[in-house]
Amino acid sequence: MNPEQQYIDLFVRYEAMICQHSAGVLNAQRAKAFASFEQSGFPDKKQEQYKYTDIAKLFEPDYGLNLNRLDIPVNPHEVFKCDVPNMSTALYFVVNDTFYKEQLPKSFLPEGVLLGSLKEMAESHPDLVKNYYGQLADSSKDAVTAVNTMFAQDGFFIYVPDWVVVEKPLQLINILRSTVDFMVNRRVLIVLGKGAQLRLLVCDHTMDDVNFLATQVCEVYAGEGSVLDLYEMEETNMSSTRISNMYVRQEADSNVLINGVTLTNGSTRNRTEVVLAGKGAEISLNGMAIADKDQHVDNSTFIDHAASDCTSTELFKYVLDDESTGAFAGKVLVRPGAQKTSSQQTNRNLCATRKARMFTQPQLEIYADDVKCSHGATVGQLDETSLFYMRSRGIPEREARLLLMFAFVNEVIDNIRIDALRERLHLLVEKRFRGELNRCKGCENCK
Amino acid sequence: MLEIKDLHASINGKEILKGINLVVKPGEVHAIMGPNGSGKSTLSSVLVGNPAFEVTKGSISFYGKDLMQLSPEDRSHEGIFLSFQYPVEIPGVSMVNFMRAAVNEQRKYRNQLSLSASEFLKLMREKRAVVEMDNKLANRSVNEGFSGGEKKRNEIFQMAMLEPRLSILDETDSGLDIDALRIVAQGVNTLKSAETSTIVITHYQRLLDYIKPDIVHVLYNGRIVKTAGPELALQLEERGYDWIKEEVAE
Repeated sequence: MNPEQQYIDLFVRYEAMICQHSAGVLNAQRAKAFASFEQSGFPDKKQEQYKYTDIAKLFEPDYGLNLNRLDIPVNPHEVFKCDVPNMSTALYFVVNDTFYKEQLPKSFLPEGVLLGSLKEMAESHPDLVKNYYGQLADSSKDAVTAVNTMFAQDGFFIYVPDWVVVEKPLQLINILRSTVDFMVNRRVLIVLGKGAQLRLLVCDHTMDDVNFLATQVCEVYAGEGSVLDLYEMEETNMSSTRISNMYVRQEADSNVLINGVTLTNGSTRNRTEVVLAGKGAEISLNGMAIADKDQHVDNSTFIDHAASDCTSTELFKYVLDDESTGAFAGKVLVRPGAQKTSSQQTNRNLCATRKARMFTQPQLEIYADDVKCSHGATVGQLDETSLFYMRSRGIPEREARLLLMFAFVNEVIDNIRIDALRERLHLLVEKRFRGELNRCKGCENCK
Repeated sequence: MLEIKDLHASINGKEILKGINLVVKPGEVHAIMGPNGSGKSTLSSVLVGNPAFEVTKGSISFYGKDLMQLSPEDRSHEGIFLSFQYPVEIPGVSMVNFMRAAVNEQRKYRNQLSLSASEFLKLMREKRAVVEMDNKLANRSVNEGFSGGEKKRNEIFQMAMLEPRLSILDETDSGLDIDALRIVAQGVNTLKSAETSTIVITHYQRLLDYIKPDIVHVLYNGRIVKTAGPELALQLEERGYDWIKEEVAE
């Protein structure tokens, strides 16, 4: 059976059950997604956008799904302690795709902010959710988005109304939990009104040693003049596959910072599409990956300068050890009329062994004449002169290498705008390089 | 003390050092002078174990230990320090972290406890004063964006932190203005004692006005061809190296 067929069969067989345990707004999109998936199937590697990750292969294994919404017996507060403590008390959990409703942090959220289960919000505020759900994530253009839209029953929703500032950074922990090989289709919707401000840290963890396939489609709306920091940190295990599609739309003068850190994983594919729709919008898109063994990390970005006077800055850095592979493909499109665009893209990579592979591909399409666009990509090894200089001061070679690798990725961490998180990441990255960071499996390790 | 016997070394198969013999005793300052390409920098690189150079013959012992058996880091731990002619910029590694790693590794080698954060910062402050180095420089990345003079001062600062038994100053005077030269030289003199020795590698007499050598050697074509007292440096300053080359040719 080809990988598509099992998802087609699954959907046909269980559509009613899927819909029964979800909300009308989510259900309304399924048929269209199914039609396009049935027609186009999974992309092969000949498709430019999926050149470096074999999507069909990732979907091939037989995973269990929890379409009937059986309770997963877990209290994340008891079993879980995140690697980023002291961030705040504003800690939320999503177990697989279900928002965990017990022991919610004491309400400090400003009035009007809606936060919680996407399914429930879609039921209690259908008109609001309908305005945004599936509007950016076009399932006819991407098979992963189509599959996610077909099967997603729940996820996370946050809405920050006009002019509301959420002072405290929020932390959302995604926990993958199952006793059998398991697939999760999570959906996230983040909506910021005019002048709204939010800082959100999302951490991905796995609690069990089974194989996981997690798809996530996240839609982000940044209203005029809004400010959003979105940090994503992946600390999963070798048997986890993460396929994430993020769609961001920014109105005039909005400022969005996205920083995705892959500390430990199995296979990861992150696609981020940003539309700078309003004049003066600014996006800072960052990513960092530390990979070894046969890990795979693929970041694919697309920044669409659709309005004038917008700024985009991309910085992605990879450190690849053993036989790991990394990929970065970054496309920047400057549309006609998007004058005074400033766009800068940087991708720097270290390959620590001869077997580690990095693929990097900058793509610029510019249809306006008064713009400033630059890109740079390098793949290299640690600098031998620096290493010798450090050794001549008594720093052992191993330690010198660590310091240099640490220095290499620091640049990405330094772009984080939450002090506690930045400091914590410095430490986590150091632990990761030293091999002291246990891969997530049963979160006792993270305590 | 340092004892070099019949040292031959090459890079990429080309022989640069062709039989160096040199003994440096505690408390002594040796100057090694010579025209360009004579092998001065190769000698310093070989002493600190730069892997780019291959020692093909001879021996180096340092306080009875065979240096050739030691890694660059252990040579440093044993008390050998090279002030680089071209100090390396290391973006992203702060001077503080760099020095803390260096000092604590040295302490570990000597079975001493690591310094606490406050002890370490106190030491930094103290040693910074030796070369009049600004606190701002200490918080920046190693040598990144430092001027030529600042880089050389930073070398002497590191030397002050590590308190070596043998310091090798490789063209430390090159590219320095007169004020920086004075500061650097004063720093070196402050750190000197009856137990420590110094090898000053230089082209010119200039630095030797400040750091007085006991013995002056002329290196030419991979060999030490002349050894004398400080007056030799003055002679070289006056007459250049041609007469040495002629003497050797004879």
